Amino acid sequence: MTDAPQHPAGGTEPLLSIRDLEVTFRTEAGSATAVRGVSFDVRAGQTVAVVGESGSGKSTTAAAVIGLLAGNGSVTAGQILFEGEDLVALGPEAMHRLRGSRIGMVPQDPMSNLNPVRRVGAQVDETLEDNGVARGAAARARTVELLTEAGLPDAERRAQQYPHEFSGGMRQRALIAMGLAARPRLLIADEPTSALDVTVQRTILDGLTDLTDRLGVAVLLITHDLGLAAERADRVVVMYRGEVVEEGDARTILTAPRHEYTRRLLAAAPSLASRRIELARHGGHVDEPAPADVPPDGSPEHRGTAPASASPALAADASAPPLVEVEHVTKVFTIRGRGLLGRSSGFTAVDDVSFVVPRGRTLAVVGESGSGKSTVARMMLALLAPTSGTIRFDGTDVTQPDRSAEVAFRRRVQPIFQDPYASLDPLFTVYRTVEEPLRVHGIGDRAQRHARVRELLDQVALPAGLLRRYPAELSGGQRQRVAIARALALEPDLVVCDEAVSALDVIVQSQILHLLADLQERLGLTYLFISHDLAVVRQIADEVCVMQEGRIVERGTVDDVFDTPRTTYTRTLLDAIPGRDLDLGRPA
Amino acid sequence: MTRLILRRLALLVPTLLGLSVLLFLWVRALPGGPATALLGERATPEAVARINQLYGFDRPLPQQYLTWLGQLLQGNFGVSTRTGRPVLDEFLARFPATIELSLLGLLVAVGLGIPLGYVAARRQGRLVDHAAVVASLLGVTIPVFFLAFLLKWLFAVQLGWFPSAGRQSSAMIATHPTGFYVLDGVLTREWDASWNALTHLVLPALALGTIPLAIIARITRASVIDVQHADYVRTARAKGLSGPHVRGRVILHNAMLPVSTTIGLQIGLLLSGAVLTETVFAFPGVGKFLADAVFDLDYAVLQGFILLIAVVYALVNLAVDVSYGLIDPRMRTR
Repeated sequence: MTDAPQHPAGGTEPLLSIRDLEVTFRTEAGSATAVRGVSFDVRAGQTVAVVGESGSGKSTTAAAVIGLLAGNGSVTAGQILFEGEDLVALGPEAMHRLRGSRIGMVPQDPMSNLNPVRRVGAQVDETLEDNGVARGAAARARTVELLTEAGLPDAERRAQQYPHEFSGGMRQRALIAMGLAARPRLLIADEPTSALDVTVQRTILDGLTDLTDRLGVAVLLITHDLGLAAERADRVVVMYRGEVVEEGDARTILTAPRHEYTRRLLAAAPSLASRRIELARHGGHVDEPAPADVPPDGSPEHRGTAPASASPALAADASAPPLVEVEHVTKVFTIRGRGLLGRSSGFTAVDDVSFVVPRGRTLAVVGESGSGKSTVARMMLALLAPTSGTIRFDGTDVTQPDRSAEVAFRRRVQPIFQDPYASLDPLFTVYRTVEEPLRVHGIGDRAQRHARVRELLDQVALPAGLLRRYPAELSGGQRQRVAIARALALEPDLVVCDEAVSALDVIVQSQILHLLADLQERLGLTYLFISHDLAVVRQIADEVCVMQEGRIVERGTVDDVFDTPRTTYTRTLLDAIPGRDLDLGRPA
Repeated sequence: MTRLILRRLALLVPTLLGLSVLLFLWVRALPGGPATALLGERATPEAVARINQLYGFDRPLPQQYLTWLGQLLQGNFGVSTRTGRPVLDEFLARFPATIELSLLGLLVAVGLGIPLGYVAARRQGRLVDHAAVVASLLGVTIPVFFLAFLLKWLFAVQLGWFPSAGRQSSAMIATHPTGFYVLDGVLTREWDASWNALTHLVLPALALGTIPLAIIARITRASVIDVQHADYVRTARAKGLSGPHVRGRVILHNAMLPVSTTIGLQIGLLLSGAVLTETVFAFPGVGKFLADAVFDLDYAVLQGFILLIAVVYALVNLAVDVSYGLIDPRMRTR
C-alpha cells in the first residue's frame, strides 16, 4: 500500500479525459450554463493546472469530475472519462465508491473543511475505513504514518487533537493526508493554499508536490494564481466565463500566450518584476494595466526609474513634514486567565514600532498573519488605543482622548477594508452608503450631497446607474469601488487600506490598484497600505516596512527592500512568492 | 471545568438571595391574606388575628423576611398554612411526580422533535417539509392548557384510551420506595403498577412536550439545512465517507450544537408548563400543589416551592452547560 506505483510520465491513454463538458445550474431565474464545451486531458502522474478568475467555471469543472456539484447543478452534455469509464453515466452509488479511493480531493479553505467536532486522527481513520484500506488499530497506525508523510510533526499526539487546536497550515496537511489516504490515482487540489500565508503556502505546496510525484498521483490543480500554475504544473488550461480559452504547456502559455484573455491575465498578475504604477507621466490617465517596461531580471543597475524621482509632484511633497509619525508604539493584549483565579497574561501584538508616512506617498506594511500589521492599521484608525507610544497625525497626538479632535480626525482618516462583501451594509443602497459619511458629518444639503455622491462615483469610475443598487447586486470589484468612494466622501488626507485588494481577482485587483494610484495622484492622498502580498505592495507602495512577530524587521524604499533584502525573513517572504523566478507574459 | 462549576455555584447564592426578596414581596402583594383564605370570607376579625399571630403575619415585613431567611439557612422552609405539614416534606413528596412527567415530556420533545426536524431539512421544500413546518408552527402557537384539555377530552373522555387524571389508578395497590411510580414498579417487580403509572403519564407528557417539540424541530431543521451545505460535509463526501457516516458523524453531530442549547432552555419551559398540565390532569405533582397554593395564599408554600424550583432550574442549566463540552470539543478548552 505504501509503495509508490511506477508510472510512465505520459501513457498513451489519458487518466482523465474531459470531453465537451457542459454544466448547468437551475436557478429561480432559469437555468445558467456555468461550463460549456470544456475539453482537456490529464495523464497519469501529470499535474494540470486550471487557471481562471472567480466565476470562470474552474471549480465547477473540478466538482463535476468528483461528482460533487451543488444540488441544483448537473452535467448536461459531454463526457468525463476516468480510466476509460464515463463518470457522467455512473450512478450515485458507483460515484461514491470512486470518491476517496480513486479520485481524492484537497479543498480550498483549511479552516472550514475539517469536521470541527471530531479528532483529526479519527477523520483520517474513517477515510481509511470507509474506503476499505484498513480498520481499527491498523487504521490508527496508518493514520499516524499518513499525517507524518503529509509533514505534520509529532503526528501521534496531534492525531488526538481537534481541528481548532491546529494552525491553518497544519489543517491543510491533515486534509492532504486525507485526500491521499486511500492512494487515489487523481488528486483534485482546489486552490489548496490560497487561504494560507505565503511562506506556509510554499512549504505546503513543496510537500504536496513531493508526495504526489513520489506516489505517481496525477494532480488537477485549480488556481487563480498564474505564478503558482507556472511553477507547479506541466500543463495549463486557462478558463474564462465557462470556456477553455487556451491550453498548452505551462511555460509556453505563460511566455507566449495566444489568447487575449490570457495576455490580460498575465499583464494584471502582480509579480516581483512589476514596478510602481506610475501615472504622473501620463497626466493621471489610467490605462489598462500594461506590461511594465523594465528588464526581466530586475537587477539593480537597470532600475533607472525609481519612484521617488518619477513624479515631480511627489518629489515636491517629500520635503514637507510627514503626515503621520508613529513613535515607539506598543500594543499589549490581555489574555484572560483560565478559571476563577487564573492569572491573565499579556500578548504583545505590536512591539516598539516606529515609522513615518510622508504626505502624498504610500507606505506599505507587509507581514504574515499574526505579524501585527492589522493591529497597526487599527491603531492608525484610532479603533484601538496603543499601550504605549505616540501616533501623531499632522502634528497632533491622536492617542489622547479628545472628543472634538476625534471627530475631526475621523474625517481626515478613512479605511478601506479587505472584504467588500462584508464591509458594506447589505441593506444600504450604493447611494446611501456613499452619502452616509456626508450626512453624519453634516456636510451640504440634500442637493449638494447628491451632486457629491455622483461626483464620487465618477471618480471611482462607477456608472450613476448603480446608485440605487444594493451590494448583493454588485460584483466584487464594483463593491470595492463603492468602498473607495465612501472612503473619499469626506476628502480625507490619509486612507488606510487593510488588505484592500486581497479578496479580488487579479484583473480586478490590477484595476483597483490603478484606480488607487490615479486617485493618489489627483487628490494628493496618502496611503497606509497593509498587505500580505509582496507583489501587490511592489506595485502600489513607495516605502515598505516588513513586520514579523510585532516588530519591524526591515524598512526602506520598495526597490531597496525587494531587490536587496537585508534580513533572512524578508528573503524568505520574497522566495515564497509563487512564480517569482518566472517572467510572466514576457518572452524569455 | 471544576472551576466553572464552582463559579456557577457561587453565583447561585446572590441570585437566590435576590429571588427570595422578590418572592417574599410578591407573595405579600397578592390580594387578600392567608387567614381569610383559610377561614373564608365570613371569618371573625378575632379568628383572623389569631391566625396572623400564629404564623407571624402581624409582624413588620423586614422582620418577617429575616425570620424566614434565618429558617431557610437552617433548611427549614416553614409550614404550609393549608396542610399544616412542613413545606420541604410537601415538596419532596410531589417532586418525583413532576420529574417523571418532565422527563417523559422531554423525551417526547427530543425523541420526536429531532427526527422531525432532520427529515424536514433533508426533504427541504417538499411536502414532508411543508407539513412539518406548519405542524411545528401550530405546536408553538397552541396554548398548553388548551392542548391539555383537547388531549384529555379526545383520548381520555371520548376514546377512553388513557386515564384522565392522577398518577395511578386508586384501585392499584403498590409500594413506593422511591416515589417515582414507574421506577417503583420496576424495582418491586410490580409490572402492572409500572404500566399503570406510565399510561397516566402519556397524555400529560404529550401536552407538556408539544411546545418544546415544535421548537426543537424548528431549530433542528434550520441547523441541519445550515450544516449540510458546510465545506466539511462536502469534504467528507469527497474523501469517500459512507452515507450513514456523513449523515451521522458529520451533519447530525454538528447540527446538534445549537439544538443542545435549545434543549437546555426548554427545561425551564417544562417546569413552568407543568403547573398548567398538572392542574388539567389533576396530576399530584409540584405544579398542581403550587397552583392550589396560589388560591389559598399559602405564603410558605409559594415562597418555598418557587425557591426550590429555582434551585433545580439553576442546577439543570449548569448540568446542560457542562454537557456542551461532550458535544462540542471547542467548549472544553475554554
